[in-house]
Amino acid sequence: MSGDGVDTSKRRFLIAATTVIGGVGAVYTAVPFLASWMPSERAKAAGAPVEADISKLEPGQMIRVQWRGKPVWVVRRTDEMLGDLPGLRDRLRDPDSVDPQQPGYAQNLARSIKPEILVLVGICTHLGCSPAFEPEPVPQPYDEKWKGGFFCPCHGSKFDLAGRVYKGVPAPLNLEVPPHNYISESLILIGEDTTGVV
Amino acid sequence: MGMLISLRDWIDARFPMTKMWEEHLSKYYAPKNFNFWYYFGSLALLVLVIQIISGIFLTMNFKPDAEHAFASVEYIMRDVEWGWLIRYIHSTGASAFFIVVYLHMFRGLLYGSYKGPRELIWIFGMLIYLALMAEAFFGYLLPWGQMSYWGAQVIISLFGAIPVIGDDLALWIRGDFVISDATLNRFFAMHVIAVPLVLLILVVVHILALHEVGSNNPDGVEIKKNKNENGIPKDGIPFHPYYTVKDIVGVVVFLMFFSIVVFFVPEGGGYFMEPPNFEPADPLKTPAHIAPVWYFTPYYAILRAVTIDLGPLSAKFLGVILMGAAVVILFFLPWLDRSPVKSIRYRGPVYKFMLGAFVVAFVVLGWLGTQAPTEGKTMLAQLFTAVYFAFFLLMPIYTKLDRTKPVPDRVTG
Repeated sequence: MSGDGVDTSKRRFLIAATTVIGGVGAVYTAVPFLASWMPSERAKAAGAPVEADISKLEPGQMIRVQWRGKPVWVVRRTDEMLGDLPGLRDRLRDPDSVDPQQPGYAQNLARSIKPEILVLVGICTHLGCSPAFEPEPVPQPYDEKWKGGFFCPCHGSKFDLAGRVYKGVPAPLNLEVPPHNYISESLILIGEDTTGVV
Repeated sequence: MGMLISLRDWIDARFPMTKMWEEHLSKYYAPKNFNFWYYFGSLALLVLVIQIISGIFLTMNFKPDAEHAFASVEYIMRDVEWGWLIRYIHSTGASAFFIVVYLHMFRGLLYGSYKGPRELIWIFGMLIYLALMAEAFFGYLLPWGQMSYWGAQVIISLFGAIPVIGDDLALWIRGDFVISDATLNRFFAMHVIAVPLVLLILVVVHILALHEVGSNNPDGVEIKKNKNENGIPKDGIPFHPYYTVKDIVGVVVFLMFFSIVVFFVPEGGGYFMEPPNFEPADPLKTPAHIAPVWYFTPYYAILRAVTIDLGPLSAKFLGVILMGAAVVILFFLPWLDRSPVKSIRYRGPVYKFMLGAFVVAFVVLGWLGTQAPTEGKTMLAQLFTAVYFAFFLLMPIYTKLDRTKPVPDRVTG
């Protein structure tokens, strides 16, 4: 056979077509491997609500419970703590909780159902550290006029005692208030807006 | 003897053994004026081998399971024969790798080794550096201590800062809603097989590119421009035996320092192994002070330095962008540098000043990254972040304007 008989444009077309088909196949083959990194069915099933007993929680104290692997804080605030909240307005990024970081029933000054009981997901909205509870209104190295709140040791983000973020810190949003409701006077169910079957 | 020669010929007829030996060692002509700074390439190779061997032996007792990982590391430390030594070699090797690689990269800055025709060597080297960072990050989660857990939490959350896809991307990386057993298991796979394979391939490519172009030297003179009648560079000497023997001296001195750390200060004063990592991971409690291992702290300081929002872009997102840019900008070095000379020996005062400022900025940022954030330190970090980027972004201007000295035809010894 002589080279004259070779139809190069047909050959080029066949090479291109084979490459495209092969490439599409390679992409489809990648899908199961990449999808295998998504949360498994078992991980998805493990998000059940948890109960927190606040009967022994004294004013000014905090307890931690674990919900979906995350720390959830429950704080019983004192009247002085609640009294300090309005005065912080000018120093906060989102004082009125406009960003959807809480259920509708917690979009108020204290960011809670009952004013004194604060329920927060204890994960900094910056890069996911768990901030420290610093309730005393005493001057701190990171803030001369500290009114009590939460301080993230990782990157210096500050939150007040309603979980509202200060200005001038890396965290962009207020701490999240998880869905929760009161089963009884002293028992909170974290992870659901209303108890059981409505 | 005759039998050995015929064995060699038998192999050479079937595999390019002698050819490769000559091409890369006995007839690879390297400039004769290599100095102290040229030890760190071969030392990086040595540390890679140390890490692979010690790592293989660690996998024989380590359990990549959130329930057992921490205990299996303690088991290696206490019950496995010589397990403590193997682990300390591996943990010290991680820091040694970065020390050696940072010095190797600094050598490139000193003598303009990234400049044409060696741009690809630099880019492959940068890819090695990226792979090394990934390797270190994946490996650091495995002991499942407090710093492992919260360090990984912070770094994975960085991806969450990307608009629109961020949260799903972070979820995909973790494989769960928080860092969990799934995360640990896949990080183990990445650390022991995926990234090391990539690393090895990149090292081969890096060296192949180097041997194609030929090594730079402290004078920044191209030795291939002056060849003798046999086509051998006049300023070149065969890598073997001259530099293999020289590098053995480097290896001995390096291993002396390495052994001192392994046997007497394996925790490196809390910089090589951080104290909170001796506590098992607790998803409910972040350690009071969290900082990455020292080799990541300059970038960490840059991340924290951003505290202002720019329009719709949050400080968080901008911090992540700036941190990424601090690494990525290094890739562009060959094109940012417009100086007609390579080596610092023939550069003017401006480049020397800027390089000095850059080194100071890198070290100060590295120190700031280990410290708890205060207002003063954040301002300091902002200042030195500006210096860090000024070195690169102003480079096209100052390298062009800077005075230079005439470069000799031959190396100066």
